[in-house]
This record gives sequence, structure tokens and C-alpha cells, in this order.
Amino acid sequence: MKKDIRNIARASGSDTMHATTWGLLATAALIGGILVGSRGLRYFDPALVSYAGATLFAAFGLGYRFSMWLRRPPTRLYWFRGWEIFLQPHRFFGNLAHLFEIVWSNIVLQRFIGRRSRMRWTAHWFLAWGCLMAAAITFPLSFGWLHFETLRSSQQIYRAFLFGIPIVQFPVHSIVAELMFNALDIAAVMVLIGVFAALWRRGRDHGAMAVQQFADDLMPLILLFAISITGLFLTASTHLMQGLHYTFLSQLHAITVIITLLYLPFGKFFHIFQRPAQLGVDFYKRAGVEGEQAVCIRCGSMYGSRMHMDDLKRVQAALNINYQLANDTHYQDVCPPCRRKNLALIQDNMWKSTASES
Amino acid sequence: MKNAEFFIDYSRCIGCEACVQACGECDTHRGVSMIHLETIARRESVQTAPQICMHCEDPICAQVCPADAIKKTPDGVVQSSLKPRCIGCSNCVMSCPFGVPKYQIDIDQMMKCDMCYDRSSVGKKPMCATVCPSGALTYTTMQDIQRTRRGIPINEWKFGGEVVHTKVYVMVPPEVERVDINLVQIANTDAALPRDPYDVALMLENA
Ligand code: SF4
Ligand code: SF4
Repeated sequence: MKKDIRNIARASGSDTMHATTWGLLATAALIGGILVGSRGLRYFDPALVSYAGATLFAAFGLGYRFSMWLRRPPTRLYWFRGWEIFLQPHRFFGNLAHLFEIVWSNIVLQRFIGRRSRMRWTAHWFLAWGCLMAAAITFPLSFGWLHFETLRSSQQIYRAFLFGIPIVQFPVHSIVAELMFNALDIAAVMVLIGVFAALWRRGRDHGAMAVQQFADDLMPLILLFAISITGLFLTASTHLMQGLHYTFLSQLHAITVIITLLYLPFGKFFHIFQRPAQLGVDFYKRAGVEGEQAVCIRCGSMYGSRMHMDDLKRVQAALNINYQLANDTHYQDVCPPCRRKNLALIQDNMWKSTASES
Repeated sequence: MKNAEFFIDYSRCIGCEACVQACGECDTHRGVSMIHLETIARRESVQTAPQICMHCEDPICAQVCPADAIKKTPDGVVQSSLKPRCIGCSNCVMSCPFGVPKYQIDIDQMMKCDMCYDRSSVGKKPMCATVCPSGALTYTTMQDIQRTRRGIPINEWKFGGEVVHTKVYVMVPPEVERVDINLVQIANTDAALPRDPYDVALMLENA
């Protein structure tokens, strides 16, 4: 088989070189996107330059880490197999329909988290959608992709421009305007609901308390809390306190956002980029069920797909894991229950042979 | 208990299932038992054997995980899958040499024994070792086990060409240095024996 000669689980060349290249490419792509989308910086707001700068760093970090991650043999194998199966002509339309289905259920509704616990779902859904909503507004704003102007003919009408192209206009005093200009506050409230629900769960669940770690589990919540609360303070300062401490508050808010952007590629938030990439595993599993099944060499029962077992052998080879047994059999071809039984039998036989010798 | 280690002795198991029940009481995986209790050769004997995670030094489950969802704590305990990361691909289930991780279909994630981390991280015994009446699963000090048992505890295994070191020990006769799994014992599996449609033991096994 051609695939065995060149094991797709094995990456070639230097990891750091590849990752740096992809990091730089991601940064360059974003710089290009900012230049084009803001019409040669015409609509770029210099006041937001620190946000854009931090995002460029995050883009480098994300490109770097994503590429590093894809160089791990199991990830690499699933990545390529996932695309291979997804793009197969005879499956393509079925796959596309299934993709909508899993995006709706796993990403929009996040049902799989609800099955673990309702509290976990509440926390995650509000956090995720609050953050995504805020990101969908602030990134285009700070890149100069989105801006607002009043009409020359009337100060009472606002116009929104995307990439310099007018997309919608609405009166200053309208529900649309209120929603639009308070969208970040709505997002902040959603995030706060999520943060409190998460803290509530983490503070009461003994299991979670035993395994949680500050940097991985609490730090992200603290960061999101800081962003949301300083953001809400800005609104309060503008509308309720005649701009009291506005400059200080906006600097504080900027610092919280920038720290979070810098943390994005390295901490828990990386899963936002990881999980969608792994929808491919779902297609892999479906193809596995339809294909040939693996039969255990010990008990003769089916225990998974042949494709999965063969691919695992490739992954193991790339990781230098050697499961080849003496009589030309492979440990990967033994099902997990038989592995357990076999271990017990071997240990038992050791005692039996000692007993017979003595 | 300070400096305690986990010792497993398959041959002592009496199949009482106390460990299976107690395991589900653990806070880190409430209601879901992580222990495997195997009947070994049901048509021939009543032998059973428990399997917990052996907490490998360089865990193969973690190496083959595409999502980097399995982490080892500094004290050498290999944790269950990280929930935000695990994508339920079952690579770990199919690659673990001891057949430990369980794929939970309802939540589409892997779960496995974490040595009752809420307990063992604060010096308490894991649930299974607390209730096991026969000493097949024991959590105690090295001195204690050497004083009270016939064999010796070892933690080196060889699966084909793969040498694996584990945090959990297995009790073996004194002259053994490593458990070698080079041939899988096939002779007394159901598949190798003539079929008997009225074999109650077999029916139970497949139930
Ligand atoms: S026994 Fe299996 S599940 Fe446990 S650490 Fe080793 S490889 Fe992982
Ligand atoms: S089932 Fe989860 S923990 Fe196991 S290998 Fe797949 S992603 Fe990793």
C-alpha cells in the first residue's frame, strides 16, 4: 500500500521551523486582511491600534500552536483522514448535510455539554456565545472593517459600513440602534452569567475541585470577568456618571483585553480553535462504521473499524510504539477486554508455574 | 497515608464486585464505575480479575490522543480526559496496553480511572482499595506489602517490543523481573472452544 511507504501520521522537517512559518503566515494574512478590509487603513481607527497589535500577536501564536498541534502523529492522521473522508465525492453531499447537523447541535446549541450537566451547559453556553458575540463586533471594529457614520443629509440617521461598503442604515433613536450600540454590554452580561455559573459549579463540585488548576481553569474565568466588568464600567461612566474616569477605565479595559489576547493561543481558550477542527473525527467514525470491522484475534468479536486499527498502527509507528508480538501477530489486533483477560491469565500462570516448580 | 502505592494482584480477586460499586461513588466520576471486572474463562473457571488504570510513566493513551486531552499530574497520576478537549475518538481506548479507558457513548467522551484523585491527592485510599476484601486491590506502603505478601511487587511490563513502566505495581513470584506479554493466550477463549448453545456460562458472558 502506498500509504504505508509514506506514513501520513509522521511529519517531516523541523517542528519549530514549520510552526514559525505558519505563525508568520497567519500574521501576514491578518495584516493583509486589515489593509484590504480597512481600504488601505482609511477606516482604521488609530485609537484601537493596541487591540489590533495584540490580535496580530495572537494570530502568530495561534498559527504557531495550531501547526505544532497538527504535527503530533495522532492529530495529523485525523486531520488528513478527516478531510479525505469529508471530500470523498460519493459522500460529499451527505457529509455536508451532516456537517450542518453537528455544527447546529455541537456548536450552536452545545447539546453534548448539556448531557454532562445542566449547570456546565449554562456556564459554557453563556460564556461561549457572549464571547463570540463580543468578538464578532470588536475584531472588525479594531481592524477597521466595520465603522459607523451619520448621513451627511441627516444627523439622525446612522449608516454601518463593512469593508467600506454601506450595508445598513437606521435612525439614531431606534431599537436597532439601541441593540447595535449596546451589543457589547449584552455580551458582557452574558459572559458574567457564564462566569458566575462556572464559579458556582466549580465551588460546589468536589470532583471539579480536586482536578482543577488555577492557570487552566480559573485564570480564563478571571480574565473574562475583568474584561466584562471593565467594559460595563465604561458604559456606566458614559451614561450614568458624565464620563467620570473614562480615560482610566478605557485603559484598564484595554489592558484586560490585551492580556486575554496574548493568553489566547496558550491557555484554555485554544480549545475554541481546536474543537471545530476535530469535527472531522465524526466523519471518520461514520466511515468506520460503514466499512470493514476489525475482529479480535483472541475472541473473534468485532471491536472497532479496520480502518481505525490500521491507522492506529501508523500512529504507533510514528510514535515509536512497538506492539508487534512474537508469532507475527500485533497487540493492536487484540480487543481491550481480551487484553485485560490475557494480563490476568499471564500473572496467574506465573504463580502456577512457581507452585509446580516448588 | 504517606508514600502509599497501589498494588494489584489479579489472582486474589474473588469477583465480589465491591470495587465496581465503590468506584462509582468517587466524586471525580460520580455514578460511573471505571473499574473493569473480567471473567477470565467462564466455561472453565470462576476466575475474575479487576483492572484499574496502571498510571503509566509515559502513558500510551496520552501519546495517541489527537486532542492532547490526557494529562499526568506531577505526582504521576494519569487523569481522565479533559472535558473541553476530548473528542471521543477512542484512540486511547484502543491503544492502552491494559485495556483501561472507557468510551462513554452518552457524553461522547472517554473516562477512566484517576486513582480517585479527590481522595488519593489528599492522602486517602482510592475507593476500590478501601473496600476490596481479598487484597486484590491494595493501597499501602511498600514496606507493608513486602512484609505481608508472598511475592514481590514489580511495575515493568513488555507488550511485544514495547516496554512500559507503571506507577501501579503487580504482585508476582519473587524470581520475576518483568511481565512479558509476547503471546496472547488464545487456547481457552470461547472462540477457540466448540460452540455449545446450552452453555449458560457463555450466555452470561455475552449478556
Ligand atoms: S494504563 Fe492505559 S489508561 Fe492508564 S495510563 Fe497507562 S495507557 Fe493510560
Ligand atoms: S477519546 Fe478523548 S481522550 Fe481518548 S484519545 Fe480520543 S480525544 Fe483523547
